[in-house]
Amino acid sequence: MLPFAPRLTIMILLLPVGAGLAGVLAPAFGWFPALGGVTLSLDPWRALLAWPGLSSAVWLSIVTGLGATLISLILTVMICAAWQGTRAFTMIERALSPLLSVPHAAAAFGLAFLIAPSGWISRAFSPWATGWTQAPDILITQDPNGFALMAGLVVKEVLFLLLMTLAALGQVPARRSVLMAQTMGYGRMAGWVLTVFPRIYPQIRLPVYAVLAYSCSVIDVALILGPTRPSTLAVQVLQWLSDPDLTLRFQAAAGSVLQLVLVLGLLLVWRGGEQATARLGCACVRRGHRMAADGGMRALSMVFALLAVLAVGLGILGLAVWSFAGFWSFPNLLPDQFTLRNWMRQSGGISKIALETAVIGSVATVLSLALVIACLEAEHRHGLRQSNRALWLLYLPLIVPQATFLIGLQTLAISTGLTGMRAAVIAAHVIFVLPYVFLSLADPWRAWDTRQGLVAASLGAGANRILWRVRLPMLLRPVLVAAAVGFAVSVGQYLPTLLIGMGRINTLTTEAVALSSGGDRRLIGVYALSQTVMPFIGFALALGLPALIWRNRRGVDRG
Amino acid sequence: MKDGLQLEHLRITLGGRSLVDLHESVSPGEVLSVMGPSGSGKSTLLSVMIGQPDPGFTVTGKILLDGRDLTGLGPKARQIGLLFQDDLLFPHLSVGENLAFALPPSIKGRSARQARIEMALEAADLTGFASRDPATLSGGQRSRVALMRCLLSAPRALLLDEPFSRLDADLRRQMREFVFARVQAEGIPAILVTHDVEDALAAGGKVISPLGEIRQAARPA
Repeated sequence: MLPFAPRLTIMILLLPVGAGLAGVLAPAFGWFPALGGVTLSLDPWRALLAWPGLSSAVWLSIVTGLGATLISLILTVMICAAWQGTRAFTMIERALSPLLSVPHAAAAFGLAFLIAPSGWISRAFSPWATGWTQAPDILITQDPNGFALMAGLVVKEVLFLLLMTLAALGQVPARRSVLMAQTMGYGRMAGWVLTVFPRIYPQIRLPVYAVLAYSCSVIDVALILGPTRPSTLAVQVLQWLSDPDLTLRFQAAAGSVLQLVLVLGLLLVWRGGEQATARLGCACVRRGHRMAADGGMRALSMVFALLAVLAVGLGILGLAVWSFAGFWSFPNLLPDQFTLRNWMRQSGGISKIALETAVIGSVATVLSLALVIACLEAEHRHGLRQSNRALWLLYLPLIVPQATFLIGLQTLAISTGLTGMRAAVIAAHVIFVLPYVFLSLADPWRAWDTRQGLVAASLGAGANRILWRVRLPMLLRPVLVAAAVGFAVSVGQYLPTLLIGMGRINTLTTEAVALSSGGDRRLIGVYALSQTVMPFIGFALALGLPALIWRNRRGVDRG
Repeated sequence: MKDGLQLEHLRITLGGRSLVDLHESVSPGEVLSVMGPSGSGKSTLLSVMIGQPDPGFTVTGKILLDGRDLTGLGPKARQIGLLFQDDLLFPHLSVGENLAFALPPSIKGRSARQARIEMALEAADLTGFASRDPATLSGGQRSRVALMRCLLSAPRALLLDEPFSRLDADLRRQMREFVFARVQAEGIPAILVTHDVEDALAAGGKVISPLGEIRQAARPA
């Protein structure tokens, strides 16, 4: 069984993506027997091209995708270049994991509550600086240029890219390289960018691609912060898909194929950008400019780091305050009265939905964890080496846009009657949970001192006994952290739950996003906060349990 | 004003324990060897000299370089070159680009800069290596590129942190001769930090412990 685990895992990742692509390509060219489409034609594309909003929707997707990725990467590089190896950097490092566990939708709501005309920022400056005694009537969130959408993506993706960069930094003599550059008169930031970044980038390339694909095709964040009329292409496709007029499904399929083409095109553009940047860097090195005066830039990057942390942190606090708010008049910083009423009103519904969320998340996480451990153990026992290609496969579901292959999967699932079932939703979640569990567990698993296994074997223990009695207990903390990461990913999933669940399976995320159009902030606060708390509990358990279980074992990694 | 490197009553203590206590003067072209086992304060001395001391250490006294007090300056303002035991050539840059990285920007113009790099490669017996990938070089060649890179940045003093300890015996002797000859040719003061007696003696200068005890007086030139 075990030797087949890697192949099984690859199938679990490849098959849905492949089937989903087939399932969306066919209707995009007119083939959808259930809706009477039995001949191939270009009509879906004609209908798509005839839609007047197409060019602006596509442009918006391109701008938010490239913009959010570029800004996130630049900020990540600035923060690392300016502060890596300092005490301030260690503090940012500590804040990363809990902030990363905040679901995208909750972070987006939090940001919306901060920057909205009646949000905390406007309240803090009113009326003494702005003169406003009522919330002004201006469009800040959902602005037509997509700035709010980009900001919502950037605050989360910076944290993600920082975490990936930190993991890669361990493999490069970063501090000494920068020191060397400094003794030659280079500024700290220039030294980092010219000597460390080129060596880190190959290792964060796939995460960056995932950020690019995600930012260009995201739906939940775009529904909350993105413009309407036109919205981004992905959001428009979803609207056609949920239209009662079923013939729009052809157009939707064509649109989601266009979404895939868009992502692939952006990846090519990005690739070209990588090469241009590398050439620029080499030209810079050949001229030898020292760029020594970087004090201002260093301060600026700290400001950006704080802004990202505060945007997420204060945003969550804002959600919490709104969920307990009674009457709250402008421009008071706090509600006039606090009340439990918002929670009481929802208690029946929300506990059922929270339970559903927990069940889906737990089962998807346990399945993914079992597969990942089987893969890693097979790799260890049979001396398999992970190739670069395998890493690409892991990232495939994160790079092929959800808005493309999930729509195809849904089309296939409808014809087989699998939609609307909890099991199908869980299976869809595994596709996205598994890569993150693997990425989180692989390094600590491989770093385990295999001599411990040799000692156990020489004492007569078989391979299974070594796994269950030696390796897993010793690796309890990383295993639980990987599980918490997986659970957080599952809780945050919007599109898989919506499309495969056909609206019949509801989680905290689908509920919260569905509330966004209603604009009831107290209700949104209740759901978005619950959505945030759930992964948090997972992380608290993952960090707390090993400390408790191994409280008398100082030699075990217990956090 | 005095040329060279002066350590004036330089004392480094950690929680009351004295790690470094030196009052020395190193003239241009001379090598002072600081020898001691690991944990004796050698690396602390280095980090203080380049201006990046670890927190927790108390430093008193002064470091003067060509008459300039270095107190309070960071690594990029000190003009002290640093050579580690591993060469730390940047793997993403060619040999020539590694050298160009160090060459000061005041040398302007493509051809002028390239000429300087070719000269440096020639001095290291590596003519024509500019476009090579550093990964294709032998250990000895890499070490020589690393030294030339360090010298190209025109430092006013040189710190050598166990620069020979990774090389095998034969190469080690050649590299020692090469390094010390270059130091003399450039006419800059150097401090060699090592735990190896042979390295220390080969430098030809005074050999002392981090606490200033003299192991070997300077050989008369």
